[in-house]
Amino acid sequence: MKYIIAVIKPHRLEHVREALAALGIEGMTVSEVKGHGRQKGHTEVYRGAEYVVNFLPKVKIEVAVTEDMMDKALEAIQQAAKTGQIGDGKIFVLPIEKTIRVRTGETDADAL
Amino acid sequence: MSLKNWKTYAGAFAASCLLLAEPALAADKLDTGNTAWMLTSTALVLMMTIPGLALFYGGMVRRKNVLATMAQSFAITALITVLWMIAGYSIAFGDGGAGQSFWGGLSNAFLVNMGKDTLNGSIPDSVFMTFQMTFAIITPALITGAFAERMKFSSMLVFMGLWVLIVYAPICHWVWGGGFLGGLGVLDFAGGTVVHINAGVAGLVAALVLGKRVGFGKENMAPHNLVLSVIGASLLWVGWFGFNAGSAVAADNSAGMAMAVTQIATAAAALSWMFAEWMVHRKPSVLGMISGAVAGLVAITPASGFVDPTGALILGLIAGVVCFWGATGLKNALGYDDSLDAFGVHGVGGIVGALLTGVFARKAIGGTAGLIEGNAMQVWVQFEGIIATIVYCAIVTFILLKVIDMIMGLRVSEADEIEGLDFTLHGETIHD
Repeated sequence: MKYIIAVIKPHRLEHVREALAALGIEGMTVSEVKGHGRQKGHTEVYRGAEYVVNFLPKVKIEVAVTEDMMDKALEAIQQAAKTGQIGDGKIFVLPIEKTIRVRTGETDADAL
Repeated sequence: MSLKNWKTYAGAFAASCLLLAEPALAADKLDTGNTAWMLTSTALVLMMTIPGLALFYGGMVRRKNVLATMAQSFAITALITVLWMIAGYSIAFGDGGAGQSFWGGLSNAFLVNMGKDTLNGSIPDSVFMTFQMTFAIITPALITGAFAERMKFSSMLVFMGLWVLIVYAPICHWVWGGGFLGGLGVLDFAGGTVVHINAGVAGLVAALVLGKRVGFGKENMAPHNLVLSVIGASLLWVGWFGFNAGSAVAADNSAGMAMAVTQIATAAAALSWMFAEWMVHRKPSVLGMISGAVAGLVAITPASGFVDPTGALILGLIAGVVCFWGATGLKNALGYDDSLDAFGVHGVGGIVGALLTGVFARKAIGGTAGLIEGNAMQVWVQFEGIIATIVYCAIVTFILLKVIDMIMGLRVSEADEIEGLDFTLHGETIHD
């Protein structure tokens, strides 16, 4: 099993959710985060005082998938999140050691 | 207060033969229309400070200092109410006897002369006293913008209490209470000198004495939530009808014209600041629009009973651009940390408004001609009023702050400032 972490532009979230749902992937965790990669921040001006805002608002999606679904899920996320502009985000994949459904105690693939 | 009204008032106390000859004598009878408007105006002006100014300033500070900033306006409202009752009203509007040119004395301390039936012109003295109280409240509250995010709450209370009694009340007396500035013929309809130059200059002195915030010029000090500031500025705008049109102390044609010119000048200044910023910084910022509106409100304040709509339009256009410069170019050039631009907007706007009152005053509106009607002297008289206010306010404010600094300190510790005043001063934080 793999743990996919995708940091994307906030307004692409609904597209990504729909693309994953189309693959039958229903569960995910979403957080509002701030960050930047190669995209540098922007400058705000308040009564002449300029402030560079380095960290921009992003959405972080965390989703667990079985090995056989991973490539499809990654492609779906990448395509759905893409705008072609700088700041589209990153996707990371980590191995999962164990998964447990809290309500039933089921484990691993049964727990997804 | 128009010239006519302070004369009416001074006449009631000084019993001067000259003033008794004024046609305003009929005003000794209670007028329910005037009273209704002044009750309304009083509530409007109180709304300017709480919640108007509290929100306007609260939105502009960093998230860790929002409650502390709003607490200043709120606590000042309560503190000055009590002090105005005890002595402020007497010092500002009492009968000063031999010292009448400079202060009103303490004969009306605790409002001992104010009965239920006591009239002040055509309205109850209780209404006039409370109306004036709301002016005494907003003036120190305006100053807090200059030293936001770094002053001790305890020292702030001591400073504001003393400042209102020693600086505000006497200057109020000079202009409106029968003192020497009103006698000189200085035109200040609703408080350009008394409220705005006074607060702005005190703010500048406070910003200089307290010094810059930790990290000023290096750290991000962007406003945490300009939505609050937009709401606050809008409440200020609406409340200002009580401030300016209420300063006619009557529900009459003077109040009506004051309301009209207030609206026009405010709109003009909001636009001119917006366009100036649009040209200089490429974007028409929301903070710029609301700051421009406040600058226009400040500048029209002394002029509101004396100028016509065209005068108000030009005055507003000038005030927006000049205050934009005051809050950006001037501040940056001189390097002081007037956190929320109490001086840049209220001091600069107050001076611009006071001078332009002398330019655009029309005999047909307020009884006094200005420069445009050939009376260049009025600009000089206005200048004298400005200088007297600046000099007295700056010197006494400086001494007050230095003495308080020696006794109890003015600033919070650097560690507290970094952590934020909401928690370190008040033990509370915002959860949202």
